[in-house]
Amino acid sequence: MSRATTMRDYSLLGLDSRRAVEEGLAAAEWYHTDIPRKEMKELMQRKDAPAIRDTAIWIGLMLIFAAGAVAFWGSWWSLPFFICYGVLYGSASDSRWHECSHGTAFKTRWLNDAVYAFACFLIMREPTIWRWSHTRHHTDTIIVGRDPEIVAMRPPDTLAILLNFFNILNAPRAVIGVLRHALGSLTEEEKSFVPESEWPKVYAVARLWVLIWLAVLALCLYTGSILPALFIGPLPTMYGGWFSHMVGLTQHAGLAENVLDHRLNSRTVYMNPVFRFLYWNMNYHVEHHMFPMVPYHALPKLHARMKDDCPVPYNSTWEAYRELVPALIRQMKEPEWFVQRALPGSARPFRPDLHNDIVAAPAE
Amino acid sequence: MSQWIAVCGADDIDEEDVIRFDHQGESYAIYRSPENTYHATDGHCTHERVLLTDGLVMDNIIECPKHNGRFDYRTGEAKGAPVCVNLKTFPVKVEAGTVYIQIG
Repeated sequence: MSRATTMRDYSLLGLDSRRAVEEGLAAAEWYHTDIPRKEMKELMQRKDAPAIRDTAIWIGLMLIFAAGAVAFWGSWWSLPFFICYGVLYGSASDSRWHECSHGTAFKTRWLNDAVYAFACFLIMREPTIWRWSHTRHHTDTIIVGRDPEIVAMRPPDTLAILLNFFNILNAPRAVIGVLRHALGSLTEEEKSFVPESEWPKVYAVARLWVLIWLAVLALCLYTGSILPALFIGPLPTMYGGWFSHMVGLTQHAGLAENVLDHRLNSRTVYMNPVFRFLYWNMNYHVEHHMFPMVPYHALPKLHARMKDDCPVPYNSTWEAYRELVPALIRQMKEPEWFVQRALPGSARPFRPDLHNDIVAAPAE
Repeated sequence: MSQWIAVCGADDIDEEDVIRFDHQGESYAIYRSPENTYHATDGHCTHERVLLTDGLVMDNIIECPKHNGRFDYRTGEAKGAPVCVNLKTFPVKVEAGTVYIQIG
């Protein structure tokens, strides 16, 4: 299917970036559901226990599945072990990276930092670069030219989206980025959101990662087996990345751009307990964006508190995909079209002043 | 010229919490520590213009509600990314159950 052309410029240094600043969309004030201070304080409280438990289960399961994969290596029986190991390595690391980047997973700071560094390596997201990138994503969520983490641009590159279920484009891009940083260089876009004082950290971590990757490669050559590379490095990030890509797409794809109300540009999707363990409750995505300092373990409670002020959640990942797949296909031809979320009668209405009258002038 | 401004009653702030105080177009954050001491800083995070008074106070740290920027509210010291610039602090005194900050 051919893709329509668009006037959008998603680069961080381009026309839309300047336009977003001029129109007051950059670093703007966003809509928030009214929740009394006392309740918010309760919801924001940090705990160590849930994340210590979940991290022990996560790493424990990885070790068990890795042992199974080694035990059955050479037969097809190793495949299910690799599939499970891969999801824990290349997908569960995504949510761990994410939650720890907010500093909310653990109460103890060094535990956040340690799990953050570990998860970053697994998902191949350089800790300093991605901390700043994600900071911008929360400041300017799905603002064209400002948000560096827009997955489904308009018109969507559906081939790229499909290939990235196994990080086929993302992983080589990440490796090239790490190599560039190991050589002491950042792109102009990266320089636009990473302060100069942080650049030495970027270079140091990149050099460490390259050393680890080279050690794995040397071990493969020494043993004459690809097995070490199937457990550490880009390969498990690739073959295990499909789950995080699948659930990650439900977050914003197909929804409105350039609005200042997360109820319009984010989805909350009900998911089963296994998905929520792997995803660390990021299915409550409207809630997470509106109140990013609420830890993952408190998001169900936050959801219950604010759901009357939000669009009706999707009942399953399947239900979300039934909306977003046709939406992405349609946006290939009609980049201006988007899914418009409807509010229940109990919700405070959308404020035209926060989204350029987008509700008053719907796309359909 | 600096002046002492009455902010609130000492009991109007919970222990280990913060309230917002607006004066002449500026916002200030007024803290009560777990040790029952009072402190004041600029109301907005130095990273982006987000009100710190919606954030979480943990011991002697105020955490920005938007990006997790952390400051020691006693000294204003920025404790690491994404905050790189210290917060401005203001002298505080409590007299006869009223909290005052010195501005100017």
